[in-house]
Amino acid sequence: MAINRRTLVGGAAAAVVVGGGAYYLLRKDGATTVSSTSTAKKYDDGATDKEIKIGHTNPYSGPASAYGVIGKCIEAYWKSVNEAGGINGRMVKFVTLDDGYSPPKTVELVRQLVEQEKVLLTFNTLGTPTNTAIHKYMNQKKVPMLFVATGASKWGNPKEFPWTMGYQPDYHTEGVIYAKHMLANVKDAKVGILMQNDDYGKDYYEGFKEGLGKEAGRIAKHVSYEVTDPTVDSQIIQLKDSGANVFFNIATPKFAAQAIRKAADIGWKPAHYLNNVSASVGATMKPAGFENSQGILTAQYLMDPTDKQWEKHADMTLWRTFMNKYMPGANLSDAGYVFAYSVSFLMHETLKKCGDNLTRENVMRQAANHQKLKVPLLLPGITVSTSPTDFYPVQAVQLARFKGETWELFGDIMHAESS
Amino acid sequence: MPAFPKQWLWGLIALAVFVPLLQPVLPDVVSNYRLFLVSTMIIAAIAVLGLNLLTGFNGQISLGHGAFYAVGAYTAAVLMDKLNVPYWLTLPCAAAVCFMVGYLFGLPALKLEGHYLALATFSLALAVPQILKYKWLEKVTGGVQGIVLNKPEVPFGIPLTEDQWLYYYCLITMLALFWAANNLLNSRSGRAMMAIRDYHIAADTMGIDTALYKTVTFGISAAYTGIAGALSASAIAFVAPDSFNLFLSIKFLIGLVVGGVGSLAGSVVGGIFYVLVDNSAQALSLFVKNDLGLQFDLSAYTIFGILLILLMYLMPMGIVGGVYLAVRRLRQ
Amino acid sequence: MEQFLQQIASGLANGAIYACVALALVMIYVSTDHINFAQGEMAMFSTYLSWQLMTWGASYWVAFAAAVVLSFILGVIIERAILRPLHNAPVLSVVVVFIGLLAICNSMAGAIWSYLIKEFPSPFPKSSFGIAGVIGPHQLGVVLVTLIVLGLLFAFFRYTPLGLAMRAAAQNPSMARLVGVRVDWMLALGWGLAAAVGAVAGVMVAHIVYLDPNMMGGILLYAFAGALVGGIGNPGGAVLGGFIVGVLENMVAFAGNQIEKTTGIYIIGNGEKLTVALIIVITVLTVRPAGLFGRVVVKRV
Repeated sequence: MAINRRTLVGGAAAAVVVGGGAYYLLRKDGATTVSSTSTAKKYDDGATDKEIKIGHTNPYSGPASAYGVIGKCIEAYWKSVNEAGGINGRMVKFVTLDDGYSPPKTVELVRQLVEQEKVLLTFNTLGTPTNTAIHKYMNQKKVPMLFVATGASKWGNPKEFPWTMGYQPDYHTEGVIYAKHMLANVKDAKVGILMQNDDYGKDYYEGFKEGLGKEAGRIAKHVSYEVTDPTVDSQIIQLKDSGANVFFNIATPKFAAQAIRKAADIGWKPAHYLNNVSASVGATMKPAGFENSQGILTAQYLMDPTDKQWEKHADMTLWRTFMNKYMPGANLSDAGYVFAYSVSFLMHETLKKCGDNLTRENVMRQAANHQKLKVPLLLPGITVSTSPTDFYPVQAVQLARFKGETWELFGDIMHAESS
Repeated sequence: MPAFPKQWLWGLIALAVFVPLLQPVLPDVVSNYRLFLVSTMIIAAIAVLGLNLLTGFNGQISLGHGAFYAVGAYTAAVLMDKLNVPYWLTLPCAAAVCFMVGYLFGLPALKLEGHYLALATFSLALAVPQILKYKWLEKVTGGVQGIVLNKPEVPFGIPLTEDQWLYYYCLITMLALFWAANNLLNSRSGRAMMAIRDYHIAADTMGIDTALYKTVTFGISAAYTGIAGALSASAIAFVAPDSFNLFLSIKFLIGLVVGGVGSLAGSVVGGIFYVLVDNSAQALSLFVKNDLGLQFDLSAYTIFGILLILLMYLMPMGIVGGVYLAVRRLRQ
Repeated sequence: MEQFLQQIASGLANGAIYACVALALVMIYVSTDHINFAQGEMAMFSTYLSWQLMTWGASYWVAFAAAVVLSFILGVIIERAILRPLHNAPVLSVVVVFIGLLAICNSMAGAIWSYLIKEFPSPFPKSSFGIAGVIGPHQLGVVLVTLIVLGLLFAFFRYTPLGLAMRAAAQNPSMARLVGVRVDWMLALGWGLAAAVGAVAGVMVAHIVYLDPNMMGGILLYAFAGALVGGIGNPGGAVLGGFIVGVLENMVAFAGNQIEKTTGIYIIGNGEKLTVALIIVITVLTVRPAGLFGRVVVKRV
């Protein structure tokens, strides 16, 4: 009977893993779904007199882990709601899981949320491929899949997918807006496009092409990069070589900043359109160098926390107070926190409006029934409006030009309903 | 590794077959979600078995089995989506396609050993998602958008839920594949495969056609993993290049090593681990945060890393190897 | 023609990054026979250390030196604490441990410093350095630094007793032990050196790709290919291999461009450039299985 220590500890460790897994598999469901008998109150799974259960998936690990801050901020938001007494007296139980931006994992986790955790709805699940993987499932199960965190245009299709709703202005529309602006303002435009080679990049590209319409021949060069590429230097050189005088930059902050700097380094000075995804002063413009970023155009719908012009705005003060109290130590220049706060507010309002009728059907009805709702941190003049046929909550943007160290808004607010 | 006691094996299979039928009696314990979860474990186990045939039994390292998984999944998806092939028929097709791809890849791989083979397979895992997005293939593969599919329907009006049926579909496939692998390994060819792993030069001098055995093993291994990929396309009902990133291949390798290199039972353990480790890590992360009240944010990914190091430190031969050693010590 | 020159220059600049990381990979390989998949993440972590020191007010060079020294110590500690107990474990188990390390470094850096990209200063003067329009001052600086590090390592292994002892310990551990070399400390030293070289690489890379926890993910892959194509046991070969991979990749994109320009048909572009470059690398390896500059090791039966 000579068991050495190592084997013993080894067995123990294995037992922990297997045990953890088994516990995870067999733990009792939070299935306290016995409906209250009171007549006015109506509940589906995940809602009781005391609690509303909300599910969420987000990449906290892997290549897309930069988005992890969104999940953490939403969690903090519900904490603040609960400390202030909850929603109509009910506490919000927010279950957030890490899918690592892998669609098969998202399917597994969302099924866990819906079937084991029995959440009332899922909220702000992040990523286009991940949401595509659960799109059908959620609609078959008739579980609200609200305010998903992706700008693809397919989320606002109430006819086929009445249980899914997006949030932000979609990439496609934004691309159309840039194309229209360019045609009106740049003479003899020859366009060079840098695009991330995935569906986010593709959406912008298609939108831009649609906006060009008959002028699609103006695209002189279209290059792509992979997220595993260390730099996009080679791509920028190709764009310059094509003789383009307009640059449409469809890249995430890191690559967008590289592109801006490289263009300046090799002396390429096109009219520069930067996608909203990277329109953060702190995450893109400052690393790229303010001297290289002058005159860049973008479309905005949210306030940028690193933009000095909003520093004194009431919404920003509110947000900063919240951040300091519930997320001390967080990096306040991260636009992800602003996004998370505003989208959580919309969810909060929607659930408030549901009152005591917390059925999935009513949640959808209320989500599709916002009229000119003022959501904090949206640009002045932009509000949320939805209807049973309009599943695009935020659909307005305003163009902005980079000047000095800040974005200067100009022109009207554009309401471009995607059809 | 000694054979698993026969009666235990039959007992386990009987359990695997009958427990899901208890769903009407115990709907909360045998829920659809859990059956689905076990199905994903089965799929992972098949994929890990494929890798094990190559790495564990033939000694060729691969960091790129995610590529074959992707090829299998896409073969199935394209057949179902474009040609309306029934889902069960996609398995042999995926196997055949992956066998060819694996065999062809095995030819240049003959020249490469150790780290160089690791690089070559690594590159394959990197290349496949990019090829799926390739401009001229977009029409077939759906490009970056991927392909949305339907879940397998229950045939002949058998009174089973969709997930029960999926589970049996996966289970039957797995049993057949493990049975075949077991027979292969206990045959003359299997012994040749292992001889090549252990003493390459000796095997060569004894008259074993090492080149043929190595390339065919590559093909078979790829076919196994490809079948797993085809199953996953049915189970998840969606394929996209993002599902098959580099980390998928790495996770197969982790499953292989943690389960047990060169062990059939190890592949099953590896498959279970592959699925459970994420969930365990998340549960532990929450536990540390909520119940132990640690201020520092210990993320699930950190715990995943610590778990891996701990497991390797304590059981360098994998879980099956560790358990076997422990049992032997206890008996002495 | 201008594009050709710029592509070569940018390829060389990228190549310098790969070369630097490849050097770190080689350091661990020659001393322990392992390829450290966590090398990139360790380098990233070192870079954050120097960034932290700079935000606390240290000057660039102080932070740089401190990060290199700290990384050296961390490298030694990791070898002693994590790798030492595993020296009899199968290779694949060690690979899994490396992946575990990778996960820990990556997520810890994210948890401590957040995932937001950070600018990292360049020590090279903006004017009077570099060739305008072709290669920037920092890019040229990285090439120089890589060559200097290579020179230093070469001198260390060639002319110092410690370097000789390290080589002996790697090539023939039992004989080295007999003549009084403390072999296990030599392994730890190898790890320390690798971590230190990695820190240099990270600091150089961070200005170009910006500092974030995932900055090394793609680069490690290129470095791996570079190290192998040059011969994994040979620091000079690895550096050259890094440059080759960097330039090759850009040349593939350039060639694809030219084809598209002249014939109007898209064959290869930026999406496929890495794939094609890797195919070329692997083809080369099947012809020269020990790498371009590696020596073929004759196996004893």
